[in-house]
Amino acid sequence: MAALLEVEGLSKCFRGLKAVSEVSFTVPEERILALIGPNGAGKTTTFNLIAGVFPPDEGRVTLKGRNLTGLKPNQVCAAGIGRTFQIVKPFGQLTVEENVVVGALARERSVETARIQARAVLERLELADQANRPARSLTLPDRKRLEVARALATRPTLLLLDEVLAGLRPTEVDRMVEVLRDLNRREGLTILMIEHVMRAVMALSDRVVVLDHGEKIADGVPAEVVADPRVVESYLGAEALD
Amino acid sequence: MSGLSGVTGRGMVLLVLAALGLAVAPFVADRYLVSVLTTVLWFAYVGQAWNVMMGFSGLLSLGHALYVGLGAYVSAALFVHFGVGPWAGMVLAMLVAVVAGCIIGFLGFRFGVKGVHFALLTIAFAEVARIGFDHITWVGGSGGFFLPVEAGASDPLNLRGSPVLFYYVALALVVGALLLSRVLLHSRLGYQWLAVREEPDAAEASGVDLFRARMTAVAVSSALTALGGVFQAFYFNNLFPEQVFSMGRSIEIILPAIVGGIGTLVGPILGAFILTPLGEALTFLIEAGGLDLPGLKQLFYGAALVVIVVFRPEGVWPWLARRLRLVRQPGEGA
Repeated sequence: MAALLEVEGLSKCFRGLKAVSEVSFTVPEERILALIGPNGAGKTTTFNLIAGVFPPDEGRVTLKGRNLTGLKPNQVCAAGIGRTFQIVKPFGQLTVEENVVVGALARERSVETARIQARAVLERLELADQANRPARSLTLPDRKRLEVARALATRPTLLLLDEVLAGLRPTEVDRMVEVLRDLNRREGLTILMIEHVMRAVMALSDRVVVLDHGEKIADGVPAEVVADPRVVESYLGAEALD
Repeated sequence: MSGLSGVTGRGMVLLVLAALGLAVAPFVADRYLVSVLTTVLWFAYVGQAWNVMMGFSGLLSLGHALYVGLGAYVSAALFVHFGVGPWAGMVLAMLVAVVAGCIIGFLGFRFGVKGVHFALLTIAFAEVARIGFDHITWVGGSGGFFLPVEAGASDPLNLRGSPVLFYYVALALVVGALLLSRVLLHSRLGYQWLAVREEPDAAEASGVDLFRARMTAVAVSSALTALGGVFQAFYFNNLFPEQVFSMGRSIEIILPAIVGGIGTLVGPILGAFILTPLGEALTFLIEAGGLDLPGLKQLFYGAALVVIVVFRPEGVWPWLARRLRLVRQPGEGA
């Protein structure tokens, strides 16, 4: 399986604090990779480095062999990476549909065509009946879905999901897992997700990378990784051993 | 988004009636009323121009008098010194304003000057221009710059003529700005502007080039505002740096949009129709009441503004449109 995203030796310091230290991993095409680890492990920083929010101090990011290091977020989006934000950032005063139209316009010049694409994405994420509501009036689960919808509308080859399941009820988690699995299996969308909901990680991911204190401590198939003593100690907690 | 696509039948009727009323106004109104309406239309126009930056793109400019002044002085200087009429002169006037806007924009957006600090930058440029023009004797300096006036002249090609001519030019500017705003708001660029206004980070992650989106907003806004300056130069025939570039003028420009509704298409127009007549009515009442104390009008005017802004913080238009069902509400279908 060819690598779609390659992260090599990524490091980032904030005021002397190493947020991410020499992290390397690859995301194979059409696979789902989960990035897990305790709070402050550097997961979101890694995401931001990939998405171009700030440049890395060292290391590089390539997508299908193309070097993305140092590009701005809009250029990374144009290169084919869509992302969601952990703390959701809807365009509050715009309607749900208009939010997704903005995403679709990343690759589409015609507003009319973008709107048609947006509607299809909204159907997909079960937001179609909310299309004309202002985004600020949505509930948290719907806002999370809207984040995914807007990112998906940019027609990415790689989707970065930052805790889109956090704060959802179990039934809502199951629905979202279904949607993501469907996108991956049917449309071959590659996904890199930061996730704390282990049930979803186990159900969805082909591979798991574990970060702790900015460093990668494990990288493998889910069953292996959750059995790794270092992972258990740093993240999953001792009770997971029982 | 409060575009015109959501206007109900009732709203459309009202819009057409208002347009018709304004079109025939000079035939029924006296000289004084025509001059008041021309002032209303001028503020409605520059209010719309300012709205492109603040309302659509979230960029707070408190120095829009800069673009009015540049437009006015450039077109006036071309006319007085080179005999170039305003219709040709406005091209250069707009260009100069756009260059000034782009310099401010470049400094602001390249170096991450945001929000209130960006507003301070806009004020600084307007102030520098005000003081600078006081010393440019080629255009009269602080003593003022005057356009030649011939009584009874009628030369629309050089924007010389009766108050009614200016009234219709102002009306055309307002209608033109309204149509342009609507087209822009429904374009790809318009969606990007709104996204940048709402959440810059999310807009950028959705593929929007923040720098370019913001620069185009400044360019469009400054060009439109400069056109208002050209109008002002030829309407009043005199320019004083202390007036055209003043902070007070910058504030007058933003009030219609704030009162009417920032970011809406109709807001700045409605706001101008509230504010200018309010000022005129106060002058009239105060004179009629024999209470000609200096500053009294400003006091009442300020109090009225406070009342409006406190009770209608979103502006009068969104509230009015809801109450009178002039636009479809979210959920009622597009």
